[in-house]
Amino acid sequence: MTATERIASALVWVFAIFAIIFLLTPLVVTVAVSFGSSAVFTLPPPAWSMRWYNQLPGTRGLWPALATSVQIAALSTLISLVLGTLCAIALVRGRFPGRDSIATFLVSPLMLPGLVVGIAMLQGFKAVGLREAWPSLLVAHVVITMPYVVRTVLAALSLFDFTLIDAARTLGCSYGKALRKVMVPALAPAFLTSAMFAFLASMDNYPISIFFTDAWTKTLPIQMLQFVEERPDPVIAAISTGLILLAVIALIIGDRLVGLRRLADF
Amino acid sequence: MSASAATPAPAGGQKDRVAWLAVPAVGYLAIVYALPLVFLLARSVTGPEGFTLSLFIQFFSDPYSWRVIWNTLRIALLTTLVCLVIGFPVAIAMARAKGLMQVALLVAIILPLSIGVVVKAFAWQIVLRRDGVVSQFLVGTGIWSEPQRLLFTESGLVLGAANVFLPFMILPIYSVVKLIDPRLSEAGATLGASPFYRFRRIFLPLTMPGLVSGIAFVFSMSVSMFVIPSLLIGDRFQMLATLTGRSFLLMRNEALGSTTAVVLLVLAVSIVVASSWLAKRLGGSQ
Repeated sequence: MTATERIASALVWVFAIFAIIFLLTPLVVTVAVSFGSSAVFTLPPPAWSMRWYNQLPGTRGLWPALATSVQIAALSTLISLVLGTLCAIALVRGRFPGRDSIATFLVSPLMLPGLVVGIAMLQGFKAVGLREAWPSLLVAHVVITMPYVVRTVLAALSLFDFTLIDAARTLGCSYGKALRKVMVPALAPAFLTSAMFAFLASMDNYPISIFFTDAWTKTLPIQMLQFVEERPDPVIAAISTGLILLAVIALIIGDRLVGLRRLADF
Repeated sequence: MSASAATPAPAGGQKDRVAWLAVPAVGYLAIVYALPLVFLLARSVTGPEGFTLSLFIQFFSDPYSWRVIWNTLRIALLTTLVCLVIGFPVAIAMARAKGLMQVALLVAIILPLSIGVVVKAFAWQIVLRRDGVVSQFLVGTGIWSEPQRLLFTESGLVLGAANVFLPFMILPIYSVVKLIDPRLSEAGATLGASPFYRFRRIFLPLTMPGLVSGIAFVFSMSVSMFVIPSLLIGDRFQMLATLTGRSFLLMRNEALGSTTAVVLLVLAVSIVVASSWLAKRLGGSQ
């Protein structure tokens, strides 16, 4: 290694360490504040306490919002998983023109500003008379979760060896049974990762959900933003810490199932 | 009989029938998402007397609109630049890292991706306060002589936005860097190329598709971000997305909101189209 290369390589590692600190700062700060005793956000806090966690059960609006978010995220992920997988099979196995365009179209909600998509859908739903918050949220969130499913399942399916299904059929399986016994297990990791990312994307969505919530039906990010605006105290940090814990658990599960490196295959 | 006949011909028929499986998903998105977007575009160019650009003429003749557009592009460019400067070396580090360093990098990049933007923006509110971590650090190192507030400033906004979008810069670059054969650079060295020359003529062209898609991702997300500016810089500073949101949610000014939404949409689509064209060209020529 020459001196230039050594300097370049050292710089790369300095940047890497800096980036790790930078990326994890908001998470560490949130957790630290949530365990502090004071209502002002001093770091490090004067004393450690669980007082903000004790306030969680009585925080008005928190649990209904969490329930709404989980229901919408779970259902929309499930619907996307079914529709998205069927479509991915068609795109990989079918021989019709415009398959690339269809794949781009299904992933496109990720690339457009959420707010604009939200406004368009709001006006569309109004035009057909869909006004209730809950069904509107569900219909809209399928659009948010679909890209994650299509992207991941499409990639996995294009690597899947379809002659395995023919082999299973030769051995006496019906087409449906061959799909169930051969294809589904082979694609299980893809289903799980895409479902995980889709679920989290739905749970996290603000710019689209904001147009479909009302006073009674709010999703978690919207309720939390309202907390931040109304009463910025460490209760929000406690809620956030709970969500960080969930993300850590999801990450551990993802690591066990497909490995951290595969999760980074973007 | 059916078993023997099932060999070639129905296989072709099955491939055609399999196309129908795409219909539910495509139909759903076409009705729920694409059609409303088309209507939004159509409505923005129709007045009582048919086709008109009056809403856009009105919007673009207001100097305030230009300031909003300038704010949007400037903040998005700065955010992208910060992400690129940090993200490029980190993507290289990630492709080379092993053991604990690799795990730390992967966790630092993937974990924030699974945490909501409201949570992160709220955390940056705390970090950027006058008594926050950044201010304390800068005073401690002697860069600032006294504590200052970064919250509700443009630097604070860029810092927070760069933090949220950094993984979207690192991951696409990482995915190309890890595929580059290190022997290419060694071959260059054997032939007498200097490290800088090798970087410029071998490494950089090969990473270009990743760089383009990372830049496009971060730039388009920064152009259309909404929650981060409203929490980190507040209402006095407007960008296209925050102005769109305010017009619909607070001001009940649907005409202005639809116009800014269409401007934002056109901006986002042109970024996507330009970057995929560029990526294809770079991929083809190398």
